[in-house]
Amino acid sequence: MSENQNGNWPLWEVFVRSSRGLSHVHAGSLHAPDATMAVRNARDLYTRRNEGTSVWVVPADAITASDPDSKGGYFESAQGKSYRHATYYTKSEGVKHL
Amino acid sequence: MTEQTTSADQAEPTAEQQHFEHLLSEDSRVEPRDWMPEAYRKSLTRQVSQHAHSEIIGMQPEANWITRAPSLKRKAVLMAKVQDEAGHGLYLYSAAETLGTPRSVLNEQLLSGKAKYSSIFNYPARTWADMGAIGWLVDGAAICNQVPLCRASYGPYGRAMVRICKEESFHQRQGWEILYELSHGTEAQKQMAQDAVNRFYGPALQMFGPPDADSPNSQQSMEWNIKRFSNDELRQRFVDMIVPQAEALGLTLPDPDLKWNEERGHYDYGQLDWNEFMSVIKGSGPCNVQRMKRRREAHANGAWVREAAEAYAQRQAREAAEVEAAASSPEAAVAIDETTVMAGRGSAELIGA
Repeated sequence: MSENQNGNWPLWEVFVRSSRGLSHVHAGSLHAPDATMAVRNARDLYTRRNEGTSVWVVPADAITASDPDSKGGYFESAQGKSYRHATYYTKSEGVKHL
Repeated sequence: MTEQTTSADQAEPTAEQQHFEHLLSEDSRVEPRDWMPEAYRKSLTRQVSQHAHSEIIGMQPEANWITRAPSLKRKAVLMAKVQDEAGHGLYLYSAAETLGTPRSVLNEQLLSGKAKYSSIFNYPARTWADMGAIGWLVDGAAICNQVPLCRASYGPYGRAMVRICKEESFHQRQGWEILYELSHGTEAQKQMAQDAVNRFYGPALQMFGPPDADSPNSQQSMEWNIKRFSNDELRQRFVDMIVPQAEALGLTLPDPDLKWNEERGHYDYGQLDWNEFMSVIKGSGPCNVQRMKRRREAHANGAWVREAAEAYAQRQAREAAEVEAAASSPEAAVAIDETTVMAGRGSAELIGA
């Protein structure tokens, strides 16, 4: 993982699990020469006040993201499909436990 | 997670420009991979990196007092605070980098003196009471400035500010408490506290930047939803907050013109010395040279740590590759003890090197 081009160590994205039972959430990023040091630095940088019970680091360039420019087209398939939500069905109003 | 090339602004708004304008008009957030005008990117890179530099340089006046803190408790608190400033610098550098400028470039801009940082850190911390005045007034002004930045239109900047603001409130309170202890101590201690407040009051008020009439970039910054309130609005808000806080300390603020204005519903305050402000920004403050020299030394003195970390990472990677190669060869596989593989050690003996 270590590559020191222009004095830049690889960039790692940091994810912190704030407590058991919750998901890891993106906290920020940092530079480190390898994964072990990235985890250690992430602990010092992002969990100085008991913010976490677990930390993940992921090489930033290993993340594949959806294209922000195609936002509309990519995500609109769920639009207009309100029948996927319970609130779409109204006949049962007033009937208990339904 | 970084840059996205942008086309130059054109006469007719493109779809991407319209999308950007739409995000701003909805008071939504711009994220790293969104299209943004080059001027927005440039202005934010400057602001966020200067903010990061300020946090890094800002460690110096207080780090200077760690070894002389009056008790173990105060020492632990001060170390935690200085460590936070380093952390804040790193949050902000990581936000700035999402705009496309690498960390090495940002760092070089600071070390070469090309980039600016907050002028407040070019004042010396002469006594222990300055730790109180810095925490109360300097961090207090910073919070006042930063709380609205939590809603800045650029997502990574706003998120970094949320994290920072949570941590800053401890900074301000511990500073106020240092002054409270001193102002309720001996006459000499109270005098020391008053002297520190006298020296930091003016410079702290100047942290909000020049008066609105002399702040040409503010308007654009507000149109981009980066800045939410003008320099003078924030300064007024800060003055209104610290007057009762000073009274609670039993200390005075060094401003003969400071008085409640019933009509405005705010405290009036006197003229600040903007000539001094400009001169400190341009490099003639009491500590500009010292701060930059110290920063360069610290960076140079840390070179061996960076090199060692680099060498260690390379060795670990090499050894892991060797263990893997040994494990995948059929003869060696039999001989490998699972625990040595797990530990990533002992590969040299196993492959007979």
